Amino acid sequence: MAAGNSTEAGQGLRLIAPPLLYAILLLAVPLLTILAFSFFKDGYLTIVREFTVENYVATWTDPIFRTILLRSLWVAGLVTLFTVALSFPVAYFLSFVVASERKAMWIFLITIPFWTSYLIRVFLWKVILGYNGVINSGLKSVGLIEQPLQFLLYNTGSIVLTLSHSYAPFAILPIYVALEKIDRALLEAGRDLGESRLMTFWRVTLPLAMPGVVAAVLIVFIPTIGDYVTPTVIGGGKIPMVANMIQAQMLDIDNKPLGSAIAISSMAVVAALSMVFLWLNRRFLRVRA
Amino acid sequence: MTAPQTIPQGRSGTPPRPSLADRRPMIECRGVQKYFGDYHALRGIDLTIREGEFFSLLGPSGCGKTTLLRTIAGFEDIGSGVVLVDGKDMANVPANVRPTNMVFQSYAIFPHLTVAENVGFGLRRDPRSRAEKAAAVEEALEMVGLRGYGKRAAHALSGGQRQRVALARALILKPKVLLLDEPLSALDRKMREQMQVELIKLQRQVGITFVLVTHDQEEALVMSDRIAVMFEGQIAQLDGPEALYARPASRRVADFIGVMNFMPARILGETAEHVTVAVPGFGTVEIPARNVSRADPGDPGPSIGFRPEAATLLAANAEATGRVNGGVIDEVVYYGDMTYYDVIMDGSDAYDGIPHEVRISMRNVFGREVPDVGTRVRVSWSPGSLVLFR
Repeated sequence: MAAGNSTEAGQGLRLIAPPLLYAILLLAVPLLTILAFSFFKDGYLTIVREFTVENYVATWTDPIFRTILLRSLWVAGLVTLFTVALSFPVAYFLSFVVASERKAMWIFLITIPFWTSYLIRVFLWKVILGYNGVINSGLKSVGLIEQPLQFLLYNTGSIVLTLSHSYAPFAILPIYVALEKIDRALLEAGRDLGESRLMTFWRVTLPLAMPGVVAAVLIVFIPTIGDYVTPTVIGGGKIPMVANMIQAQMLDIDNKPLGSAIAISSMAVVAALSMVFLWLNRRFLRVRA
Repeated sequence: MTAPQTIPQGRSGTPPRPSLADRRPMIECRGVQKYFGDYHALRGIDLTIREGEFFSLLGPSGCGKTTLLRTIAGFEDIGSGVVLVDGKDMANVPANVRPTNMVFQSYAIFPHLTVAENVGFGLRRDPRSRAEKAAAVEEALEMVGLRGYGKRAAHALSGGQRQRVALARALILKPKVLLLDEPLSALDRKMREQMQVELIKLQRQVGITFVLVTHDQEEALVMSDRIAVMFEGQIAQLDGPEALYARPASRRVADFIGVMNFMPARILGETAEHVTVAVPGFGTVEIPARNVSRADPGDPGPSIGFRPEAATLLAANAEATGRVNGGVIDEVVYYGDMTYYDVIMDGSDAYDGIPHEVRISMRNVFGREVPDVGTRVRVSWSPGSLVLFR
């Protein structure tokens, strides 16, 4: 029995060895390196391998870091709010209105934007919103404006717009799955027990869709808080987020220990927030045995 | 089908309740038609269900019984016709304001709520205080035998408990009509029989009109005051359980409810009181006019039918009471409390050259031997228990 198990375990280990090795080399090792760097001293273009917590002290006492971290949280929060709020109706439509034989096609259509590179999609928003972009030239040719509108690009609004568009499918799919799992008889029961469609949605559909909503929030919030491309391209570098600050420390200023400390600090904040979401999710998941 | 246990029922002998015909109509359907695309699900349903009645819609799957129930509940729009509940036209009345409540086949217990929250779901707009509502919930739970279960999570309940919660959740709203969509089909046999009795008692207690949908003929016979047998979107027969069992309106109804023997028959003559037929193996029989039912399209011709318990095998020395014919036992099926004997009657092949078996059931008595296959027997029967399908 024990021998059989160990053989089975050995086989399993051999089977997952290549991706495991890949994950260790490309995920765990760099992470541990960053963690180690964050406790080293900076010797200007070199790293002095002496233990110190100075980097963390510098990070957390730096008003710029706090401003940028708060801005990142604010932007990611806005993006999450918009994405989830706009994705819910789409997921609801997909689950409740689209005929079951058409659902696969709709999901396929929703995921089509993913066939284009993220970077290119972000750049296309610049083409749409830019000084001589689609909107401005369009409005100008219709004669509605004389000068191009400048508030379209290089601000928080345009960053939120771009990121919301990019992450929409990530929010639509988990909410759609949660809605699909709801027994339709429950909605009829809600109506039968005297509630209108709206109240049935509020008291039955929404609570049962919450696991999907929480999953969507996590899936959108975590990557957007560390987004680097959109603040650079759409924000034009005027509205740096945490990733831009880390990039500046690591490469431009070449203070790898401080950059690492900022990275680890940001990770800790995101991890803490994720734990709150997970705790919320478990509260909602408790009912779905 | 084993014989149903003796369950107190108000339909035979001395009715404990006022006659159904005197009570006011609670549900009336007039010419109800329903299409799903091209599929004609309900083909002109006319029926009246009276206040306080335990009414069953019985039929095979796809016969439209659930569609009819959902029509009454307000979940299906009808193509044409009228549905009245307590005298009010239900056209344009949405499900949430109808005076009906439903126990769903899957029970539809809200998984994100506790038992008490499930039961109290429909009380949101009830003007009573929080404490009064909680007391009402506890009372409803007690009525279905789940006192003290209120704080439990709904998903932790067994099938039988879910069903009780579904019942309590509907009955707490004191509906005029309780609709039950195959409520017992998910339970095992023993639980089902227990719940049948409990449902009958509960219905007596609350006095609400119950409309039950079932495909189980035994369940319908055990529980109902009246039964509508449905085939292909139409009501084939609407009658009390005894009439339905003893005098099925058509061969198809007879075949669906219980076991019935069919023998080819030739019609010899007819008077106002009876129809005279010749039946191979049974001779010439006068069938009372009230036992004459119609044949269905596709039947091979006129036939007579009788239930397995309508005939008996006579012991060798017993006196015959009624008509007696001879036959040979072809098969014996022993059930413990009773035995089925398949008997080939002498001369039963006279019409079509095929020897016809009839199934006869006998209650087993201790000390009496069960005759073996191949034994010659005398079969005793009476013309009054035969039904003619023509």
